[in-house]
Amino acid sequence: MSGVLERRQARAAWFFLAPALALIGFFFFLPILAGFVLSLTDFDIYAIGSPEIARFVGARNYAQVLHEREFWNALQNTIYFVVVGGPLSVLASLGAALLLSARLVRLKGLFRTAYFAPVVTTLVAVAIVWRYLYHPRYGFLNYALGALGVGPVDWLGDPRWAMPAIILLAVWKNFGYNMLILTAGLQSIPEELYEAAEVDGAGAWRRFRSITLPGLAPTFLFVGVITMIGYFQLFAEPYVMTQGGPLRSTTSVMLLMYEEGFRWWRMGKASAIAFLLFAIVLAGTLVQLRMRREAR
Amino acid sequence: MTRRSLRGSFLHAVVVLGGLATLAPLFWMAGASFMQTGEANSYPPRFLPSEPTFEHYVHLFTRLDLARHFLNSAVVTVSVTVVSILVNAMAGYAFGKLRFRGRDRLFRVLLAGMMIPAQAGMLPLFLLLKQMGLVNTYLGVMIPSFASIFGIFLVRQYVLGVPDDLLDAARIDGAGEVRIFRTIVLPLILPILVTLGAFTFISAWNDFMWPLVVLSDGAKYTLPVALASLAGEHVQDTELMMAGSLLTILPVLVVFLLFQKVYFRGMMAGSIKG
Repeated sequence: MSGVLERRQARAAWFFLAPALALIGFFFFLPILAGFVLSLTDFDIYAIGSPEIARFVGARNYAQVLHEREFWNALQNTIYFVVVGGPLSVLASLGAALLLSARLVRLKGLFRTAYFAPVVTTLVAVAIVWRYLYHPRYGFLNYALGALGVGPVDWLGDPRWAMPAIILLAVWKNFGYNMLILTAGLQSIPEELYEAAEVDGAGAWRRFRSITLPGLAPTFLFVGVITMIGYFQLFAEPYVMTQGGPLRSTTSVMLLMYEEGFRWWRMGKASAIAFLLFAIVLAGTLVQLRMRREAR
Repeated sequence: MTRRSLRGSFLHAVVVLGGLATLAPLFWMAGASFMQTGEANSYPPRFLPSEPTFEHYVHLFTRLDLARHFLNSAVVTVSVTVVSILVNAMAGYAFGKLRFRGRDRLFRVLLAGMMIPAQAGMLPLFLLLKQMGLVNTYLGVMIPSFASIFGIFLVRQYVLGVPDDLLDAARIDGAGEVRIFRTIVLPLILPILVTLGAFTFISAWNDFMWPLVVLSDGAKYTLPVALASLAGEHVQDTELMMAGSLLTILPVLVVFLLFQKVYFRGMMAGSIKG
C-alpha cells in the first residue's frame, strides 16, 4: 500500500474512533484517575460549592476508613455475599447447564428462555417482588417452608437471615447468565471423549469428574472472575430490600460508598472506599488467575 | 430402553420443576397485580386473583403519574441505544479493519479497562457532570453510556469477518472511507448491531445506581428509580407495587423474547475471548 493511501486510512480511522475515544476517555478513564486524586483530599459538602477549598490530606481518608468499624462491617457483609453467593450461583448455573445439555431433554430452547428470563428483568422491580415473597406471614417462601415443616423465618427482619435472603434473590436473578456460558463450554468438549470413556466402562460420575470438570476449567475461570467482580458491587438489592439493615447486616461496601458520597457528601472519604473496593476486586481477580495457572 | 425412558422422565420432571420455580416469582407478581386490594396478603398465598381488577394500573397512571416515568425511561433508553450503536460501530470498525499506528496497543488498553468497575470513578464523574451543568438532566444520565468498551469489542470481533477485498475494491473505485462504512460495512454488520442494540436497550432500561445519583428532581426519575422511591412510600400496597414492577419489567422482557436468538449469540461472542 502506498504512503498516501496509508495516511488516508489512518486519518479515517481516527475520525471513526474520535467519538468513542473521547467519550470513554472523558467519562470513564478520567473519572477513575480523578477518583484516586479525590480520595487523597478532604473534599466534602462545602467543597461542592467551591472546589478550591478542598485540601490534599495524603492517605488520611484511607487511614480513617480502615479505622472505622463501619467499613469492616460492610466489607465483611460484602465478602459473605461474594464467598457464599458466588459459588452458589455458579453451582446453580452448572446444574442448569448440565440439565439442559442432557441428550434426553427436549424443548431445550423453551427451558433455556425460562431459566434466563430473570437475568434480563429489572433488579429494582424483582427486589420489590422478593421483598413480598419474603414476608414472614404472607410470603410464599415461608408458606412453602411451612409445608415442609420448617418454622417461619423472618427473612428480612432478622440480621442472621437478611444476607442469606439477598443471596437467594441474587442466585435466582443471575444463574441463567452463567448457565448460558457454561452450556457453551460443555458444547466445546468433544463428544468422542465421552464415548471412549463409556466404552472403557466409566460411570456417569467418573465421566463428569474426569472429562466434564477439566473440560470446563477455562470457562470456570471466566465465570468465576466476572461473577466475583459483579458480586463485589452489591448495591441495589440491599438498597431496595433492607436499606442496609437490620442492624447494618446487609450494608455492602458499595452502599456505604453511596451513603458517604451522595448522602453525606464526603466525597474524599467515599472515593477512598471506592478505591479500597477496587483494589480488593483486583486482588481477587489476580488470585483466581494465579490459582488456575498453578492448577494447570 | 425402559431404564432410559425412566431416566428421561425424571430429567424432564426436574427441568419442568426448575422452570416453574424460576418463573414463580414473576407469575406471582403478575397475578398479584390484578388482585383486589389486600388479597395478595392472604394466607395461604394465592397466585390467581379471585376477581381480577385493573384498579392498581389505573391508580399508577392517574394519581401516581407513572406514564411520565415510563416516558423518561423510554427516552433515555432509546437515545442511549441509538447513539451507542453508531458510536461503537464506528470505533469497532476502525479497530477491526483500518490500519493505523498504535492500534493494537490502544485496543489492549481499552480491554484492560473492562476489568475496572465503573463505580470506581462514580464520584468524580458526578462532580465532572456538575461542572458541566449536566446533573439532574437526561443527558447526564445518558452520556456515560454513549460509548462502551464491550460494544466496541463486540463489533470489532464481527467486523474481522468482513472480507478485505470488498473494501479495497471500493477504495480502488474511489469511494471515500465514510461512504464505504455507510454503504458496505454497515449493512454487512447489521446482525451484530441488532445484538448490541438489544443488549444496550436492556441494560440502559434496567440501570439504577447512576440515574439515582444524577437525578434529584422526582419528576425526572426513570422508571426503576421512581419504582424504588414508590416502594418506600407504599410498602403496604402489595398489589399496587406488583403492578408497578410488572410495568417496569415488561419492556425488557418483550425485547428479550423478541431478540433472544441474537441476544444469546452476542453473549457467546462476548464471553469467548472476554
